[in-house]
Amino acid sequence: MSLWEYANPVKFMRLSGAVLPWVSAAAAVTLVAGLAWGFSTPPDYRQGATVRIMFLHVPAAMMAINAWMMMLVASLVWIIRRHHVSALAARAAAPVGAVMTVIALVTGAIWGQPTWGTWWEWDPRLTSFLVLFLFYLGYIALWSAIEDADSAADLTSVMCLVGSVFAILSRYAALFWNQGLHQGASLSVQAGERMAGTYKYPLYLCMLAFFLLFIALVLARTRTEIRRRRAAALIAREARS
Amino acid sequence: MKALLLRDLQLATRAGGGFGLGLAFFLIVCTLVPFGVGAGGDVLSRIAPGIMWVGALLACLLSLDRVFALDREDGSLDLLATAPVPLEGVVLAKAAAHWITTGLPLVVAAPVFGLLLHLPAPALPWLVLSLALGTPALSMLGAFGAALTVGVRRGGLLLSLLVLPLYIPTLIFGAEVVRMGAAGQAPTTPLALLSGITLAVVAAIPFAAAAALRVNLR
Repeated sequence: MSLWEYANPVKFMRLSGAVLPWVSAAAAVTLVAGLAWGFSTPPDYRQGATVRIMFLHVPAAMMAINAWMMMLVASLVWIIRRHHVSALAARAAAPVGAVMTVIALVTGAIWGQPTWGTWWEWDPRLTSFLVLFLFYLGYIALWSAIEDADSAADLTSVMCLVGSVFAILSRYAALFWNQGLHQGASLSVQAGERMAGTYKYPLYLCMLAFFLLFIALVLARTRTEIRRRRAAALIAREARS
Repeated sequence: MKALLLRDLQLATRAGGGFGLGLAFFLIVCTLVPFGVGAGGDVLSRIAPGIMWVGALLACLLSLDRVFALDREDGSLDLLATAPVPLEGVVLAKAAAHWITTGLPLVVAAPVFGLLLHLPAPALPWLVLSLALGTPALSMLGAFGAALTVGVRRGGLLLSLLVLPLYIPTLIFGAEVVRMGAAGQAPTTPLALLSGITLAVVAAIPFAAAAALRVNLR
């Protein structure tokens, strides 16, 4: 019994079909609970009610980066072991990650307006998120531009590998270029906590909710891709006979 | 590899090869910007480093879609793939040819355009140096993008969407060199980082580009 058994589409479909409703339900419950809890927290003494934007902004930003990491791992698995499910999962994750990036950027702009007095600032964090969004766009565009599915998977995987290196490079180059306005991380494993529990626990719940939401969406989209593949294969077989 | 390089250079310099088009495009950018922002000297000299670098970037982008596409159309790319030279070497030669036909003229002509945009005199040598160190990376990354999109018909727009984000680190450090040079500081740190990027790109990207070409030739 190894993890690689789920590279078999039939097994993957069986397992994901069984898991998906539970994950979706858990995502819905945690999302509603987390946001409700988050939005009912008392206003911050300096930022007022706008601090509640955090409960959307931080989890979305976290998932935007994690989605790309997941695509990177899935691309590596596809290049090394050529499991189709992996390539399809990477493809399925890209639009979700792009939307997370947009959510992070938009909520960041809405949050930045009252607190920093500006919608947009060429701060390293903001800039690198914009760059990440561009990478997502390029990745999605490359997938949709190439007709042959295996070639598209290969090319997008290579692009994802090179893009990851350059996304990280851009992040630190931007840091060099302009010291920013954005605060540093308030939650950190090494530096300890710098956030009151009133905000911390709803934030953890929202992070969990976004994580579950991401998994549910990616599973659902991967299943759709596999079904689309099967339908295309059936049509091709019909046409041949 | 040498024969391939010479062949590409000859093709580029013949009629219709597009040699010098990048340079002309660069000139047009440098002419248009003062119309856009006004000819006031200090605004222009302040933004000149950025304009020069963005102009170089776009000029480089302009001729990228021909790097592999023409060879694929007439079938010579298949011959190159079966040639004794490894495909990585082919990519390197192609990128070098692209750099000699678009990057090198820019490097040589940059001081003149710099004067056109009122770039402060102390920044001129840094401009030349930064372009000379940075544009090889642009050509190499461009060759990678061209290898990714060689199978896509009318892939020009897709190519720019894929390649331009990859140019960001090079642009940041390149423009920073010129900006610091214009301010009279010694820009050794960004210069070292810029050269580091170029060296890493030239060393590593041919493998990625060759992998993409192999997929597209399957």
